[in-house]
Amino acid sequence: MKSQWLTSGLCVLALSLMLTGCATPKPYDYTNFRAHPPRSILVLPPLNESTAVEGTYGYLSTVSFPLAEMGYYVYPVSVTDQFLKENGMPTAGEMHQVPLDKVREIIGADAVLYITLKQYGTKYEVLSSVTTVQAQGKLVDTRTGLVLWEGTGIGQEGSGGSGNIIADMIIAVGSQAVNSSVDHAHTVCPMANAMMFTTKDHGLLYGPYHPQTESQ
Amino acid sequence: MDRYRAAILAGLVLLTGGCSTPKTIYYWGHYQNLIYESYAAPGKIPPESQVEQLEADYQKARSLNQPVPPGFHAYLGYLYFQLGKLDQAKQEFETEKNLFPESAVFMDRMLANLKKS
Repeated sequence: MKSQWLTSGLCVLALSLMLTGCATPKPYDYTNFRAHPPRSILVLPPLNESTAVEGTYGYLSTVSFPLAEMGYYVYPVSVTDQFLKENGMPTAGEMHQVPLDKVREIIGADAVLYITLKQYGTKYEVLSSVTTVQAQGKLVDTRTGLVLWEGTGIGQEGSGGSGNIIADMIIAVGSQAVNSSVDHAHTVCPMANAMMFTTKDHGLLYGPYHPQTESQ
Repeated sequence: MDRYRAAILAGLVLLTGGCSTPKTIYYWGHYQNLIYESYAAPGKIPPESQVEQLEADYQKARSLNQPVPPGFHAYLGYLYFQLGKLDQAKQEFETEKNLFPESAVFMDRMLANLKKS
């Protein structure tokens, strides 16, 4: 029993080393980005491949902060969403199909960020739970159609045990009852965003409103 | 197993940026949270109280001498529009445009919509 714990623990450790190890070798090729550096970004509601319907807007509402703090003009996500809905595009899928020249004409954005949600939600086990948000982002230039940048991010948060089985059971039952009624994954989105946008050599470069934009 | 996983997750959190809280460019206030709440529970926070919270945020930002983020005034203008307060809506859309010229095409579209209504 004990060795089984140890083995699975080591597996997780090895896996996490692999994950962090993989992130370094080949930096992202920023050639297209540097040729067409955008000032403004339109963030469309994500395509949601997870089973949680609340993921689309739970995620969308967290993306303005990292992009604006990295120096970009970010269009007001709910106003543009509402505008597109009123103009015949009721779903994220339809918005992702809008031709780029139309985006440029109607909104004026230099670039569009297309996000796909791969995972969004909490998985409950007997004495613990893990909340995972995984997303992929693709930034496309509205003038040329070139992909300026692509990235991926994952955020995870777990409630583990203390080792005292009775105490764990009480906590697990209590926190599951509380957590399942709220969209806990929403609070994990910033972690996925941080990984997607700010990972060294893979994240997004700074935009015009960031003080360090000249030095990159 | 759980203990290992919790430790590793904690490590990952630290690695992915839980370390420090550097100063942000903008004062965010309730902006993102109101957007989230409007989708998660439509109607729970009516436009009137959203306007109230954002106007308070704006005063706070001014007192801290920090700008509000891109989209803030556009969203506030949109809320005023929903309330039928078209003069205030116009003013907010114009403020957004002045602060961030990148928004001009979209804000002009919003301003044109105001004239129609």
